[in-house]
Amino acid sequence: MEKSYLSLAIFFLLGIALPMVALFFGRLLRPHRPLPEKAITYESGVDPTGDSWVQFHVRYYLFALLFVIFDVEAVFLYPWAVSYDLLRTEMGLFILVEMTIFVLFLLIGLIYAWKKKVLEWR
Amino acid sequence: MDFFVILGPVVLLFIVLGFVTYAIFFERKVIGWIQNRVGPNQVGPWGLLQTVADVLKLLIKEDVIPQKADVSLFKLAPIIAYTPAFAVLAVIPFTESLKFADIAVGLLYYMAVSSITTIGILLGGWASNNKYALLGGMRSAAQMISYEIPLVLSVVGVAMSAGSLNLTEIVKAQQTGVWFVLPQFLGFIVFLIAAIAELSRTPFDLPEAESELVAGYHTEYSGFRFAFFMLAEYTYIFAMASLITLLFFGGWSAPFGLTFIPPLIWFIFKFLFFVFFLFWLRATMPRIRVDQLMEFAWKVLLPLAILNIFLTALFKEIPVLSQFY
Repeated sequence: MEKSYLSLAIFFLLGIALPMVALFFGRLLRPHRPLPEKAITYESGVDPTGDSWVQFHVRYYLFALLFVIFDVEAVFLYPWAVSYDLLRTEMGLFILVEMTIFVLFLLIGLIYAWKKKVLEWR
Repeated sequence: MDFFVILGPVVLLFIVLGFVTYAIFFERKVIGWIQNRVGPNQVGPWGLLQTVADVLKLLIKEDVIPQKADVSLFKLAPIIAYTPAFAVLAVIPFTESLKFADIAVGLLYYMAVSSITTIGILLGGWASNNKYALLGGMRSAAQMISYEIPLVLSVVGVAMSAGSLNLTEIVKAQQTGVWFVLPQFLGFIVFLIAAIAELSRTPFDLPEAESELVAGYHTEYSGFRFAFFMLAEYTYIFAMASLITLLFFGGWSAPFGLTFIPPLIWFIFKFLFFVFFLFWLRATMPRIRVDQLMEFAWKVLLPLAILNIFLTALFKEIPVLSQFY
């Protein structure tokens, strides 16, 4: 088991090392002739107008909130699903009823969001 | 054996780089054939060195960083996007013995680590200080988090049937019964659609919609920094095609008792089929609209994924069917 976690660490290190090494050695190959015109932000050929770090529409945040809710649901569903067969023999169908109630609460939330037209992208 | 732990990932890294090179070449050839064109055929015999030439060209391109960009974040973003793409491959078992990290939460690890890439993409779009890049990055983040929910929930049925999140155990559970693509058909369809959306490929390639966003979040990137965003994308194709093979198509197990073909070859067959499927889809489908995209995830895929969980629980109770679940 320890070997598995060592493997994970090696994969992460390699994943970081490849871009670092490639970009470092790329520096030796690529030209470097900076001009002020090159460093202008691209905006289809005209000079950029205004600031690009703008306020964003609230719908992005609503979807982010929904994401958090359902991701937490997934966190609860995974251990339940893995031990389902075991719990089914030990506790009977109560294990299914319990999860149904939990998911139902979240589904009510989803239906509420649906009716409030939060899920629409306007 | 320790030799394998250190050197194995390095070998895999080069295999992935080779795969990416020829996946891009093959994609262009396949789309060429489907559209009744020849595709790349100039560099090398039959055009085989086209992508190699493209990579070399990217390597000697000047690295332009816009003056208004947030330089440290701009440099960090491609690394954050690429690292998880390679790190997820640690838990993929290619055959019963050829695997790197055999951890109990393999599937959960894949889902958790792969979502880090979203941060890299969002960071890249933000740090560029470019309107197209920021819009592309925000859209990309919205799409990825929306499709992550059905992606995660659609495999709960597989976890219930296999009784494990370890990918080797999931394949073994399919060897005794049928492949999960049949009993978990609804879960498979939801997973496939959500996976294509997570990969940002046609018909879900809105973050890079050329016609409206120039190039999306990597508009300002050039040279090898741009290459690492593309590399991350194609490494995810490698990972996702492997994952679909493992979860729903029995991984390395041979169908119809055709065991004279080695397990690794079976894995590669199934894996390549899904890679081809993605290219085929790209040549076939138009891009969908952004409002359709978001509504489809929340109004269609999410309810179907939850339905699949309860159908699996229900079928476990039916005597004739319970052997498959």
